[in-house]
Amino acid sequence: MDLLIIFISATVVNNFVLSYFLGICPFIGVSNKTSSALSMGMATTFVMVLTAIVSWLLYFLILVPYGLEFLQIPSFILVIAALVQFVEMVIKKVSQPLYRALGIFLPLITTNCAILGLALLLSMREYTFMQSVVFGFGAGAGFTLALFIMSGIREELELTDVPKPFRGAPITLITAGLLALAFMGFAGMI
Amino acid sequence: MSKQKSMWYEFYKGIWEINPTFKQILGTCPTLAVTVSVMNGIAMALATTFVLVFSSLFISMVRKLIPNQVRIAAYIVIIAAFVTVADLVMKAKFPELSKALGPFVPLIVVNCIILGRAEAFASKNSPLRSFLDALGNGAGFLLALVVMGGIREIIGSRTFLGYQVMPNGFEPWLIMILPAGAFLTFGLLMGFSNAYLERKKRIEQQQKILQYRKSENELKEAEA
Repeated sequence: MDLLIIFISATVVNNFVLSYFLGICPFIGVSNKTSSALSMGMATTFVMVLTAIVSWLLYFLILVPYGLEFLQIPSFILVIAALVQFVEMVIKKVSQPLYRALGIFLPLITTNCAILGLALLLSMREYTFMQSVVFGFGAGAGFTLALFIMSGIREELELTDVPKPFRGAPITLITAGLLALAFMGFAGMI
Repeated sequence: MSKQKSMWYEFYKGIWEINPTFKQILGTCPTLAVTVSVMNGIAMALATTFVLVFSSLFISMVRKLIPNQVRIAAYIVIIAAFVTVADLVMKAKFPELSKALGPFVPLIVVNCIILGRAEAFASKNSPLRSFLDALGNGAGFLLALVVMGGIREIIGSRTFLGYQVMPNGFEPWLIMILPAGAFLTFGLLMGFSNAYLERKKRIEQQQKILQYRKSENELKEAEA
């Protein structure tokens, strides 16, 4: 039950993009086509779950017992960079089609603040291992959901007559604002 | 003299010409997240500027020692070190602000402004120039956050820096201090700044056309 609450909270109530403002760059950057939005979302979810596992192990089994919490930031960022590199190599070796589908999005994930934010949040909230994994998966699912809805709206926006100065990033931000407003409806759920 | 002028340019270009937030659209996450009040915005911008200035200076000093292939990793480690300093100082000296900013102080590591300036400027220029460039970009970021925070705080909670500026009869718009308000404010600001620039450009073009016609007429008159 506890895990379900964490999952729902990370997915819709406290959506990473729409209420924590993490991962705005890919949210604006790769949300113009549904297919690429889905690929990006899945790649990010995958890396998020792995990050949750690895950073939990790193933080609670190495940094905390030895009193090295102040090394949190550099160690997390290095682990994430190495992890993304590793995932990229594994996918390239194991599944060529998947690699081609995710290809360009994988390196971009290193600089996605949602990933580092996830690692920081789970150490800050002192989740247990299972909670961290569920939290990582929920955050990834929420990110994918937001990106997918946004890309659907943007595909429709292409066909509408937006005032010229508002085309591109400004109208995307305003749409995101309306979307965030809609997601506020979930606030009472938990 | 001309060299001094260009030094000044390195500083002030960051404030408007290549303003990191409004022109380069970098560092959007903190811009949206921490601008609930002006104070948070200023704190965030100062922390970011601190990291930006010192990491630019440091990277520029060691730029010739870092092999090209591993430069990004090296930059990240340098930046992470300064972010740790900023985070610990804030936790010790301003615990309330640190709590309000939450994970966004450690997240300065992945703020694209810093890595962007390191890659685009500090890795190619002398320490003094990089220092000024970083300072200018930091000031530009501060400006953006103060504008965003100001709008949201005045309309959303009737105050500016904690002092009440709107009359009591003004009903605060709760939405402005909620996440949705951040997106809307930023989108509208960006749109209006685009509209303003476009209008300015159009007027300039019209003036050019007018001048051209004028000179053409003058030429004809002279021929006649």
